[in-house]
Amino acid sequence: MQVHTMHIPDGFINAPTSAVAGVIAVIGIAICLNGARKQLDEKTAPLAGLVAVFIFAMQMLNFPVAAGTSGHLLGGALAVILIGPYAGALAVSVVILVQGLLFADGGLSAIGLNIINMGLVTAVVGWFVFRGLVKVIGVSRPKVMVAAFVAGLVTVPVSALAFVLEYAIGGTGTVPVSTVTFAMVGVHILIGIGEGLITALTVGAVFLVRPDLVYGVHDRLPKRLLVTSNSVTTPANGT
Amino acid sequence: MPSPHTHGHDVGERLFVHRHSVIHRLPAEVKTVAMVAFIFTVIMTPPNQFWAFALYALILVGVAGLARIPARVILPRMLVEVPFVFFALLMPFFGTGPTVEVLGLSLSQAGLLAGWGILIKGTLGVVSSILLAATTPARDLLMGLERLKIPELLVQIASFMLRYTHVVSDEMHRMKLARESRGFTATGIRSWPIIAQSGGALFIRSYERGERVHLAMLSRGYTGRLPQLTTVTTTAADWFTAMSLPAVGLIIALTAIWAGR
Repeated sequence: MQVHTMHIPDGFINAPTSAVAGVIAVIGIAICLNGARKQLDEKTAPLAGLVAVFIFAMQMLNFPVAAGTSGHLLGGALAVILIGPYAGALAVSVVILVQGLLFADGGLSAIGLNIINMGLVTAVVGWFVFRGLVKVIGVSRPKVMVAAFVAGLVTVPVSALAFVLEYAIGGTGTVPVSTVTFAMVGVHILIGIGEGLITALTVGAVFLVRPDLVYGVHDRLPKRLLVTSNSVTTPANGT
Repeated sequence: MPSPHTHGHDVGERLFVHRHSVIHRLPAEVKTVAMVAFIFTVIMTPPNQFWAFALYALILVGVAGLARIPARVILPRMLVEVPFVFFALLMPFFGTGPTVEVLGLSLSQAGLLAGWGILIKGTLGVVSSILLAATTPARDLLMGLERLKIPELLVQIASFMLRYTHVVSDEMHRMKLARESRGFTATGIRSWPIIAQSGGALFIRSYERGERVHLAMLSRGYTGRLPQLTTVTTTAADWFTAMSLPAVGLIIALTAIWAGR
């Protein structure tokens, strides 16, 4: 059995709340598009596209837990640590959009809600937690992995809280908000530990081989000098 | 190759069911708007107006019939809704107010109604999305979004995602084969570092593929826009045909809201 975090279906949150969430998601995505274009220029489409595929593929990768259960990654924190908050949020949002539009995974009317919870909220929280921690504890492989673990861990219950907030505003169910909060946050802290571990291990693996591809530390890496027999030059950025 | 028949096709094409019907012929953006609007009319409807949902279901059956999408295509795809069926089934155990005895269980009436509402609205939503994807090629859906003024960049990212999903998942499959041919079996959390290592490698390969794709595009004259290969003209008649779906939905929803007061 797989521990699956569900996308909100149609009819779970009422029409006005879903519509407002749609508008907020559109604004959020517009900000991300703008930011990503500044960071990646006309490279945005192929790079964010391939990272979206990567996140989509990672979500299909099974991490066995015990006794036949397994979990998978949500990927919000991982995406922003690896390619930055704007492009990362875009990649995850596109995955949600495609899942909703093509695979009926998450309701069409709830796409805005799902993008806010899993794309935008995780991007903001994951990015600031990771950057804040790296600033405090410094940059080395174990430290980057610790920061990635915490970022991954925190994003999942925060995303669940965003859902609880939407449920409190426009939920159609009868389960009391306090019960939903308790159950959702409790379960999602557990899921978050798994998310944190996978995020940390994956970021650690990338950092070992291509630290320059971990965007979350791109400005904190020591400049590596190219030393030739009679000159010292810094390599161009972005290689 | 894990899935030889998908070679050369992107993910979306597997979902499309080729037919020649009025529904298939409608431009993608018209269909998308109509479906989303229809779903909004469904979720506006109070759950205690059972007749309304019967009508919605009937309408969707009609659309499926008109598009000649058989039940054996629709039903298996409906499995995505299983997780929220559990959630809906929980509802009757919560909720305040009068209760009813069902099979010896004391269930909340309000909860039963809410659970039913979630179940039926979710199901109608899932069927609507399935019909949209089955009658519209994925690429057209994305191009349709672009004509709806969804930013081109977002549409491009989504098209890259569709185009490369098989490439990347095949790559992932090859890594799995390589791991297993070295004697690896995934057993619990201790094997996570190994799987995550593949994840890291997959990221580097995907990112570098993205860079190569970008260079290849540049060398073919890419300046940030993709050329439109086909021009689609959307007529007022198309909009009229498609919007009859949410229009009927709206009449049903408003009647249901009025009747449920």
